[in-house]
Amino acid sequence: MCGNEALAEAAILAGCDAYFGYPITPQNEVPAYMSRRMPEEGRVFVQSESELAAINMVFGASATGKRAMTSSSSPGISLMQEGISYLAGAELPTVVVNVMRGGPGLGNIAGSQSDYFQATRGGGHGDYRTIVLGPSSVQELVDCMPLAFDLADQYRMPVMVLIDGILGQMMEPVILEKKPRRSLPTKDWALTGAANRDQNIVRSLWLGEGVLEEFNNKLQDRYKQIAKKEVWSEPYNVDDADIIVVAYGITARIVSSAVDRARKEGIRAGWIRPITLWPFPTEQISKAADEPRIFLTVEMSNGQMVEDVKLAVAGKAPVVFYGRPGGGTPGVDEILDQIRQLTIKSEIRT
Amino acid sequence: MKTVFKRTPTLKDCPTHYCPGCGHGVAHRLIAEVIDELDIRGRTIGIAPVGCAVLAYDYLDVDMVEVAHGRPPAVATGMKRTNPEKIVFSYQGDGDLASIGAAEILHAGHRGEQITVIFINNAVYGMTGGQMAPTTMLNQVTATTPEGRIATEQGYPLQVSELLATLPGTVYIERCALSKPARIRQAKKAIKHAFELQVDGASGMSLVEVLTACPTYWRMTPSKALEWIESDMTKVFPLGRLKG
Repeated sequence: MCGNEALAEAAILAGCDAYFGYPITPQNEVPAYMSRRMPEEGRVFVQSESELAAINMVFGASATGKRAMTSSSSPGISLMQEGISYLAGAELPTVVVNVMRGGPGLGNIAGSQSDYFQATRGGGHGDYRTIVLGPSSVQELVDCMPLAFDLADQYRMPVMVLIDGILGQMMEPVILEKKPRRSLPTKDWALTGAANRDQNIVRSLWLGEGVLEEFNNKLQDRYKQIAKKEVWSEPYNVDDADIIVVAYGITARIVSSAVDRARKEGIRAGWIRPITLWPFPTEQISKAADEPRIFLTVEMSNGQMVEDVKLAVAGKAPVVFYGRPGGGTPGVDEILDQIRQLTIKSEIRT
Repeated sequence: MKTVFKRTPTLKDCPTHYCPGCGHGVAHRLIAEVIDELDIRGRTIGIAPVGCAVLAYDYLDVDMVEVAHGRPPAVATGMKRTNPEKIVFSYQGDGDLASIGAAEILHAGHRGEQITVIFINNAVYGMTGGQMAPTTMLNQVTATTPEGRIATEQGYPLQVSELLATLPGTVYIERCALSKPARIRQAKKAIKHAFELQVDGASGMSLVEVLTACPTYWRMTPSKALEWIESDMTKVFPLGRLKG
């Protein structure tokens, strides 16, 4: 299955009650698939008039306690930022998939990783975070969907699945199965009609003196908890490595091939692949930086995640960046060349 | 002693933050009365707008949400589609519905969403300080039309209800005014009919536009403001049933 269709089916298996979306390339397979499958399951599919409307439809469904999602690509996700900020402010669980394409502006429709800043820094107005998952294969994407819904419900916040156009379009064999849910809190806040109980209010406006500050502190406490408990990364050949390549998503797949080839050439190379982009695997990278070695960050952008790598490394080791912006994809040879150059320069090549 | 008039249970027992002569309080009461008369409090979800009525949930004792400016019809769509048995209504001002949310109301109507919309038209942005709204009258002085609204520069007052009435997806549209007791009684009837249509599963959107006074930003006394609704506003926004 292609990534876009696989994530849609995985969302259905994860109990997604409603999908709202607007056409945009390269994620059009998601709404097309959902328009057929959701009615078959007796669930809701609506093609909205805009991404603004789509995210607000998600807001509405989520406010009633339903599992709701949307998907889009970079320009559409920019439009959704208003709604994502409101979802964060109203503490509503939501899953948003961004199948990134080249930007800025209308950009192009090639896969890209240039929305990392927007995804991991909140994206809209206000002090908030979204949990961001960055899978690197269609199978991992499929596995991320139930996790995304569970995390959203557990922490009452939007969760973003951040992939690029390549992963969305790529065909890979996948195992689709219904996963058991985490033990989740009941949605006693949901708007279901005030029958035999007091009124429920879902809001993000707090006008009283100090009330909004207190609310923000509550959100930050939750984010701290998440940063402790819900951070994942995958290390590969790190222990003896002179050079560690940090990459996520589809880029990590290309990096993996380049690192294997470097090893064959006798270069002690390894990689660390962040799976959660927020929270970022800061500790894992920081620990790796305690040994003398070089870090190379590779992205399909002009350098966004590299800032988090630098924050994690905190000056303990050199951090070099190699990237291809505007829909460019780095090849294995290009990355291998970077690895060779860096290891020669530092004279730590064996 | 016989009680002939009392607070309806769905209207909370508290003072509102609205200015003297503002129409929101009366409009809230009419909605609360309708919800109680139809006995639908336990399955009703309301949507408060951005604007003066943003705190509507402090006065209406039903499950309510507050959403981004102009987006109530999209939020209502998400709610009603996933909960067809619930009664979903949005309460929106003219800035919310006719300006920033023009696309959302148009397309919710266009899709025939089975929701009820209460559209409060007071020809001005109240909460932000009395700026021009799409529904501002020609020559009306506002914070952003210091010389009065001029058609060649700011366009004519936008008749959204007439526009929405052309859509096959709307089942009922009526324009009322809260300018005198008889008009208020008619507004109550219209609001009740709009909710009844949703309760009965009518196949589209029902909307009641309510002309209300904003004495503060019209720079008028409350009684003069009520007269102005009758003498001026109803000429541009004619009262009556536009559809259904």
